Amino acid sequence: MTGTFRLRTLIAVVGVGSFLAGCGYNTIPTLEEQAKARWGDVQNQYQRRADLIPNLVATVQGYAKQEKDVLTSVVEARAKATQVKVDASQLSDPDKLKQFQDAQNQLSGALGRLLAITENYPDLKSNANFLALQSQLEGTENRISVARRDYIEAVRAYNTSLRTFPTLIWAKTVFSGSKPMAEFTAAENAQSPPQVKF
Amino acid sequence: MVPPSFLSARANGWCWSGCAGVIVFSLLVGLAHALDLPALTGRVVDQANVIPAASRSAIEGKLKQLEEKSGIQLVVATVSSLQGQDVETFANELFRHWKLGESNKNNGVLLLVAPRERKVRIEVGYGLEGTLTDALSNVIITGAIVPRFKANDYAGGIERGVDGILSVLTTDAAEWQQRPRIRTDDRQTLIDQLAPLIFLGLLIFILRFMMGHARGRASAWTGRAGPPIFIPYGGSQWGGSSGSGWGGGASGGGFAGGGGSSGGGGASGSW
Repeated sequence: MTGTFRLRTLIAVVGVGSFLAGCGYNTIPTLEEQAKARWGDVQNQYQRRADLIPNLVATVQGYAKQEKDVLTSVVEARAKATQVKVDASQLSDPDKLKQFQDAQNQLSGALGRLLAITENYPDLKSNANFLALQSQLEGTENRISVARRDYIEAVRAYNTSLRTFPTLIWAKTVFSGSKPMAEFTAAENAQSPPQVKF
Repeated sequence: MVPPSFLSARANGWCWSGCAGVIVFSLLVGLAHALDLPALTGRVVDQANVIPAASRSAIEGKLKQLEEKSGIQLVVATVSSLQGQDVETFANELFRHWKLGESNKNNGVLLLVAPRERKVRIEVGYGLEGTLTDALSNVIITGAIVPRFKANDYAGGIERGVDGILSVLTTDAAEWQQRPRIRTDDRQTLIDQLAPLIFLGLLIFILRFMMGHARGRASAWTGRAGPPIFIPYGGSQWGGSSGSGWGGGASGGGFAGGGGSSGGGGASGSW
């Protein structure tokens, strides 16, 4: 009898072991790390946009010095946007994310206005440096969209794993400290990247 | 209290079929896009049928040479329709679906032409964004591609575009290195993901076999400690990302994506 008992405990242990390894114990931490990494990408792309702005402002100033208001608002919005940082550990706080998003939206608005006024300066529009900056800006806005999409997808996967079976079991027990992450909220005015028209 | 052996075996079996179901589902989800994306049949995918055969083989020769020399996967694609998407989103989706470029270097480039919507885009992989910058892509599009497209010369525009991209990529010495070995990354991942499943299957089979023996000869087990316990190590692959090894989609000609991705770099144009 002890022989079959040992055998059965062996099977139980192997069963539990394979359940543990196979059925999603690793899922929650993996998805959480992926979402944090995607957030890092989003911040990188926003930072990249912020880095383009001083050069852009300097170029525009060379041709349109009188547009002081717009230029100042861009510089100020940029300063504010670079100050708001969301650490990976703060991602479950929707308010923090909203703060970050609002600051970036303000910058987008200011940039849009700046690019709109450049329409009135044909010399500026044909300046090679300005053209290069414009394409870089467009590229960065596209990268921001892609990074946001990836982040939203990663957060969706993570939040889903916290709520669905079988990872739900781990969420309630071992990972009870993990909280769902916040997502980007759609802006009230539909946010569109600064349009560049020739 | 002895746990009934049938319960642990069934729970085991249920768990594995559940996990297998989740994996199959996520693979299907990964493969089934909302968009109907063309298959990666070669280095030039001419769904819109605007490239004549002579140009096509010339372009393919150049692209093949580029990949052999530097590992960079430059693919030209023309699509019959963008299916309501903007060209940036479509290009990014297509790039990621095809996984252009090596997975550790992300050195893929996609030249996408949509004649119906009159849009063109150069989509650059993460790894090449420093070399083939947005500004350079824009210059290639506005200077080399769009003027010829406006004159309805698709083959000429694409050829000049490819030449432009090649000249940018090959003047940077860091990207131009000999690549003698053949990439086998995609196939490897496939086997890696299947190995734990096969291993577990064997283990369960062996255990069932031993159980059958134990019923008849209980006395033979009393003296032994029992076989050593194998805990499967591959569990981390099950719960994590699903389709990384499967989406490569190798078809005829032996050309397949290397597992790379793009973050939206590049430039677009229209005519």
